Amino acid sequence: MKARIRITLKTGVLDPQGKAIEGALAGLGFSGVENVRQGKYIELDIAAKDRAAAETLVKAMCERLLANTVIENYAVEIQ
Amino acid sequence: MKSALVVFPGINRERDMMMALEELTGEKPASVWHTETSLPKVDLVVVPGGFSYGDYLRCGAIAARSPVMAAILAHAAKGGKILGVCNGFQILVEAGLLPGALMRNAGLKFVCKDVRLRVENDSTFFTRIMKKGDVVTCPVAHGDGNYFADQNTLEQLENEGRIVFRYTENTNPNGSVNDIAGIVNSTGNVIGMMPHPENMIAPIHGHTDCRQLFESLLAA
Repeated sequence: MKARIRITLKTGVLDPQGKAIEGALAGLGFSGVENVRQGKYIELDIAAKDRAAAETLVKAMCERLLANTVIENYAVEIQ
Repeated sequence: MKSALVVFPGINRERDMMMALEELTGEKPASVWHTETSLPKVDLVVVPGGFSYGDYLRCGAIAARSPVMAAILAHAAKGGKILGVCNGFQILVEAGLLPGALMRNAGLKFVCKDVRLRVENDSTFFTRIMKKGDVVTCPVAHGDGNYFADQNTLEQLENEGRIVFRYTENTNPNGSVNDIAGIVNSTGNVIGMMPHPENMIAPIHGHTDCRQLFESLLAA
């Protein structure tokens, strides 16, 4: 099974990279762009007996390593 | 005083820290590789600066899950002293020994320069020969030193006097909330700081201000 993990900064956590991207987009003439937030995307293949088991495992990976839950949220999708 | 330095792949300030500890505590620290599962019997464990695992995933994240961390957590739980500098601070935060997180510098640039640090708590093992309000010059060299903690944690740190060092007015190099440069845990035995005191102890460094921090280690 393939797991797709999206890691984003929590609301209220300053994202200087998002701000810089927002400034660069404005500089290129893309108007009306607001609230740019940069995150991470991780893909992995996992051996598990079913989707629920895979999701449990990947969530444990997020909690223990892939995300820093002090500042980040994560979303897991299994296919 | 006996100390040990923990070395992870990609760490590069361990020699500077080793020289500082040897000169100012009178004993050469033991060096502990990240794959080891026990620590020598020491009073102080230092996690030095550098770029463990190339800062991949998040600074300090992978080092914080190394085999040696179980021994470091056990040392902390027994009340043993731990000092993390720069990447070492990031590693201690990622390991859950200190609260909050260290994020990308607000200016997005790697900052390498001298800053001015004000001692906010003069009763820790790294500041106890100093006085609250003392200011020292100390270098920083980091890209991810922007200290962040949620409001409750910040209030707790402030109310309990757990901010050890603050960047003085207008010298905050990274956007850290409340100008925080270093903090201590609730039991007073784990300190993390972004600046590099080991690089401000000899005339060749420009100043010797940070000798006092290491000298504090020996004060009873």
